[in-house]
Amino acid sequence: MQRYSGFGLVKHALRHHEDWQRQWRNPEPKTQYDAIIIGGGGHGLATAYYLAKEHGITNVAVLEKGWLGGGNTARNTTIVRSNYLWDEAAALYEHSLKLWEGLSQDINYNVMFSQRGVLNLGHTLQDMRDIQRRVNANRLNGVDSEVLDAKGVQEIVPIIDGSKRARYPIMGASWQPRAGVARHDAVAWGFARAADAYGVDLLQNTEVTGFKILDGRVVGVHTNRGDIETRTVGCVTAGNSGVLAGMAGFKLPLESHPLQALVSEPMKPILDTVVMSNAVHGYISQSDKGDLVIGAGIDGYNGYGQRGSYATVEHTLQAIVEMFPIFSRVRMNRQWGGIVDTCPDACPILSKTPVKGLFFNCGWGTGGFKATPGSGHVFAATLAKGEPHPLAAPFSIDRFHSGALIDEHGAAGVAH
Amino acid sequence: MFHIYCPYCEEYREEEEFHPKGQAHLSRPEDPDDCSDEAWGDYLFFRDNPRGIHHEMWVHAQGCRKFFNITRHTVTYEILETYKMGEQPTITAETNTARPAATASSADDRAATEVKGAQGVQA
Ligand SMILES: Cc1cc2nc3c(=O)[nH]c(=O)nc-3n(C[C@H](O)[C@H](O)[C@H](O)COP(=O)(O)OP(=O)(O)OC[C@H]3O[C@@H](n4cnc5c(N)ncnc54)[C@H](O)[C@@H]3O)c2cc1C
Ligand SMILES: [Zn+2]
Repeated sequence: MQRYSGFGLVKHALRHHEDWQRQWRNPEPKTQYDAIIIGGGGHGLATAYYLAKEHGITNVAVLEKGWLGGGNTARNTTIVRSNYLWDEAAALYEHSLKLWEGLSQDINYNVMFSQRGVLNLGHTLQDMRDIQRRVNANRLNGVDSEVLDAKGVQEIVPIIDGSKRARYPIMGASWQPRAGVARHDAVAWGFARAADAYGVDLLQNTEVTGFKILDGRVVGVHTNRGDIETRTVGCVTAGNSGVLAGMAGFKLPLESHPLQALVSEPMKPILDTVVMSNAVHGYISQSDKGDLVIGAGIDGYNGYGQRGSYATVEHTLQAIVEMFPIFSRVRMNRQWGGIVDTCPDACPILSKTPVKGLFFNCGWGTGGFKATPGSGHVFAATLAKGEPHPLAAPFSIDRFHSGALIDEHGAAGVAH
Repeated sequence: MFHIYCPYCEEYREEEEFHPKGQAHLSRPEDPDDCSDEAWGDYLFFRDNPRGIHHEMWVHAQGCRKFFNITRHTVTYEILETYKMGEQPTITAETNTARPAATASSADDRAATEVKGAQGVQA
């Protein structure tokens, strides 16, 4: 693999950028792999990468029914943070945030990770009490986090409406300076390229249509390109996880919902941080290209159509204009939806299943982009050892029968 | 935007008057004190999540405030029927192997063509 560098860029410029290598191969499926990852989103590709890099398992294929990153990975609003309330969740997301901090170097791909900070606004007394509690919990867990009052918010974001005229005046916020955004498709491509360099086969247009199960153990998968043998399968299919679980004969506590986002026309730099509000229900940042990146809440009904209702978009824009009257005449450019797999406690599932050798990594719902490297890292360890990584262990499916839920609705909520 | 027929108001109204309330026809274990963790967890947390025909409860929140049921396709989003609480669906995944043309309760042609057009966007 050619290494990317500033020097390389100059060298290629002199050759008119005509001989860049392909970023990854486009191989034919083999008949057997040591491990198969289903789903070529960020989490699946990261899993394959860490399997190869940290565990030396390189006879691996990633099976993706569409194109790499075509699911939620390149549809999200790219917010990365780790200020979750409970110990188990904070540990997992903070592990991920630490990996983000060295990711571009590690995979030799510029994922444009930008630690521009995230504000989670409070608009009521109860919001502020919850923020205090969460910030204190964060600090005990070594997660950088501060409580700001209304003036503090206004200092960081001068254009926000901090007046008492607002229908839901801003009373303060939690502030995580190390949080930020990253370029989501670069994350998929970077992990893909780095995994391919270790010999991982990335098989696009390859849809898994069933599992071969013998005596309660997985021994292979059926695909539209033929059957493939393997004794270890990691299923990382986000909104379609319930469908895959159905093929393997069990049920997951997930519901698939449309989640929408939109971007505006590009503008000059005006917002240099990320602002989220659970109460008025919207979140916003500005991309390096200049467009405002705006996320909605889920549509309440189940849906696999990668589109939601217009009313949801309208409510989101009302919330944005409520917080930023200055944006009231900005025109929106594009709007789209993804299918998110929401879990009853707003936490993911990283788990063994009733089928031996078959593991699921799903349930990230509306907020898994931030976890991409961490999720891949602990899931790879889980696949390699056959036992859950310590950070993954609390996120087993068993919790929905034992009652040991990790209720992150407060920190996850609308917020991503 | 869905155009939903409320079986109580006997009228088509816009989606914003309604709220989806999750899977229909769930029954609470007869004696919660006497059921296994398995059965109780299943009842609380495990829902059908089909890619296809789904039966769900909705409430006409800004209308008659009554709950009722909808049979809907979760990929095309087409509403196949709406029916009152206590009634059973006439269209199910088993009976609907060939998808029927718009039925009486989903005669909103505009919505139907819109959702069909959107099928091409699936990844
Ligand atoms: C609009 C929107 C905004 C969001 N905003 C944020 C945010 O700001 N911050 C944040 O942290 N998270 C956010 N998220 C959530 C985040 O995008 C997801 O949690 C995360 O990207 C999930 O990654 P993944 O790799 O698990 O799933 P995906 O990227 O969806 O990958 C799953 C892949 O599996 C493939 N697949 C499915 N079925 C099969 C099959 N049978 N065979 C083969 N392949 C199959 C799919 O084609 C897909 O490519 C947002 C999501 C959406 C939709
Ligand atoms: Zn009604």
